[in-house]
Amino acid sequence: MSEKNRQIMLGNEAFARGAWEAGVTVVSSYPGTPSTEVTEAAAKYDEIHAEWAPNEKVGVETAMGASLGGARALSCMKHVGLNVAADPFYTAAYTGVNGGFVLLVADDNGCHSSQNEQDSRYHGRSAGVPILEPADAQECKDYIRLAYDISEKYDTVVLLRSNTRISHSRGIVELGERTEREIIPYEKNVNKYVAMPAMARKLHVAQEERLAQIAADSCEWDINDVQMGDESIGIITSGIAYQYAKDALPDVSFLKLGIVNPLPKALIRDFASNVGKLYVIEEGDPFIEEQIRSWGIPVTGGKDMFTIQGEYSANMIREAFGEDPAEHDVDVSDAPGRPPLLCAGCPHRGLFHVLSKKKTRVFGDIGCYTLSALPPTSSMDTTLCMGASIGMAHGFEWATGSKENTVAVLGDSTFLHSGITGLINMSYNGSKGTVIILDNRITGMTGHQQNPASGKNAKGEPAPAVDLKELCQACGVKHVVEVDPFELEEVERIVEEETSRDELSVIITKRPCAMIVKQPGIPMVVTDRCRNCRMCMKIGCPAIEIKDGRPIVVPERCVGCGLCARVCPFDAIESTGKEEK
Amino acid sequence: MKTNILIVGVGGQGTLLASVLLGNLALEDGYDVKLSEVHGMSQRGGSVVTHVKISDEKVGAPLIEEGEADIILAFEQLEAYRWLPWLKEGGSLYVNVQQILPMPVVLGDAPWPENLEEALKQRAGKVKAFNALEIAEECGSDKAVNVVLLGAAARDLPFSEEAWMRVISEKVKGNFVEMNKFAFQRGQQA
Repeated sequence: MSEKNRQIMLGNEAFARGAWEAGVTVVSSYPGTPSTEVTEAAAKYDEIHAEWAPNEKVGVETAMGASLGGARALSCMKHVGLNVAADPFYTAAYTGVNGGFVLLVADDNGCHSSQNEQDSRYHGRSAGVPILEPADAQECKDYIRLAYDISEKYDTVVLLRSNTRISHSRGIVELGERTEREIIPYEKNVNKYVAMPAMARKLHVAQEERLAQIAADSCEWDINDVQMGDESIGIITSGIAYQYAKDALPDVSFLKLGIVNPLPKALIRDFASNVGKLYVIEEGDPFIEEQIRSWGIPVTGGKDMFTIQGEYSANMIREAFGEDPAEHDVDVSDAPGRPPLLCAGCPHRGLFHVLSKKKTRVFGDIGCYTLSALPPTSSMDTTLCMGASIGMAHGFEWATGSKENTVAVLGDSTFLHSGITGLINMSYNGSKGTVIILDNRITGMTGHQQNPASGKNAKGEPAPAVDLKELCQACGVKHVVEVDPFELEEVERIVEEETSRDELSVIITKRPCAMIVKQPGIPMVVTDRCRNCRMCMKIGCPAIEIKDGRPIVVPERCVGCGLCARVCPFDAIESTGKEEK
Repeated sequence: MKTNILIVGVGGQGTLLASVLLGNLALEDGYDVKLSEVHGMSQRGGSVVTHVKISDEKVGAPLIEEGEADIILAFEQLEAYRWLPWLKEGGSLYVNVQQILPMPVVLGDAPWPENLEEALKQRAGKVKAFNALEIAEECGSDKAVNVVLLGAAARDLPFSEEAWMRVISEKVKGNFVEMNKFAFQRGQQA
């Protein structure tokens, strides 16, 4: 194999490569860490129509339509995105497919970038679809190809489960060729594709039968890898947990499962009978373990030895098996934390400075701006899920009878994802509340993906942009105001006016994300007019520090947005007028 | 041959390029390699770490365990300190002496560790603490800190001068190739 056929690839890039090699032509997803780069990488292949859907539900429905149309289709999302897409997913699990349909879900063990650590394998089992779980970048590519073969052979949606450490690790991947596929002709079949009660009852029976068939067949599949070593200890594991367990206990026997639903029962029974003590090592919930125990197979160690929370490590497993923990003669417990911050130049900083100053009650949402919950602005009361800010503000208003100094705040992409239905509800059900949409022209936190309001599609081509103001008006909101979030006095006046108004209102703060437009690049400087009042510290800018007891602007971190000068009551901060390299 | 390299810094400092260069060098020389990195929320000015594991055998877990790093490349002092327990006894620490105060320190909610520099010296077998940022700026861009640090650490790594130059040419954007090559060489002399 020539050098060029072996490349270092991110797990997520390997998924995209595998999809391309498998002949996929349609990808529809919503961005979400750690799944985002799959669709970004897929968008670079000319043969693939890759798109950002407004939310995961639409993504899955689009992929399902493409499957019916006879193409191989993919929809990618983070774990919580699968909750949004659960509705089409659970019934597509009944109807089955035409062209292969893989739903790729990436969990976030350790909550690196998420609001929970939910284990998507339960979704897959509950819906009744096969779940494949790769353990490194090469397997990401290999398993997605296999997933399409399984999808078409057994007429089922396949759930491909990744997580942060699989999706965001790079490894060497051997590339293959793309297999072009003929579109499988669509045939109308109401008994299969119309999930009305009479049909659904039959589809459910068919689904149970195919799962039983897969459970039997998969006992012979290579992806379930029996590695016999010291037979006194046998370990059943899958995904990333395999890597840690294998590093920790290289000499014992392993059953590495590539498919975790349905479990290959006969294979597991056979393995269990050939080893002394059986252990199940899986990150997350006791998904494999509880099923094995329910079959009456004795398990010596599972979640009683290994945590449900966070990520595993080889050391953790070594210690659970009685090895002494590595000794440290170095104590760094006094290292202060370094929580993430809104970027220098971030447009959200202006608004949250005002909301912090006014001590406004803020129903927050999911995005970069969630960081404003942290000091110094500390200006967020809640974060639940995509779009929840609006629904929660509405319910709170009905419970307390008051909307005083209260707002719902969410980003443009989050609003289009699932905030819009909440706003329709507010309008329809008599809210007098205020919603603030942070329109920064991009989906920020996940790494600057386009969205239906940004004017470009996933391939970077021009696309129609939703007019947020007109959209809100069409929902029945009479008072929709636009403002630059850096015009602090104007922002304060408008927030005051709209939150006091006895009618529903929307404020749209308009300023592009600092990462997508060129910033002035001319750093600010604190002059000798500074009276050390520290007002500039209250905006939480990463470029402002205290040195020798006084605030300074660190030039290499300042982008020259000038917000600090706007909050300074003594005009003590000004532009250096000199560009920083 | 097994070399574990931990690259630590603050989100936005450009730690990712360093790991991409190392990964491709390892690939070209026929080693197995795995890299694990941080995306998403922590990239916004938070503490970031990239694990690079290079071996002539198959690499399993992508993460370096505590006490297993042969080399730490630190883009910032506090991050060098935070990740010090990961350094192998007698390992090499290359640290850019820049200090980026985290928000709890800026706000006076937490102190900067008093014995930071002393701890770095005591733990590491070899400490090279220098102003990589200044060198990078002299070369033309503060973004070249990563290549300056790689230049300094190159003496501990099994890759030839030609291989380094080739990988910089291949993986760095066109206009910045010469600047990065120069920054790498300045790092070697540091």
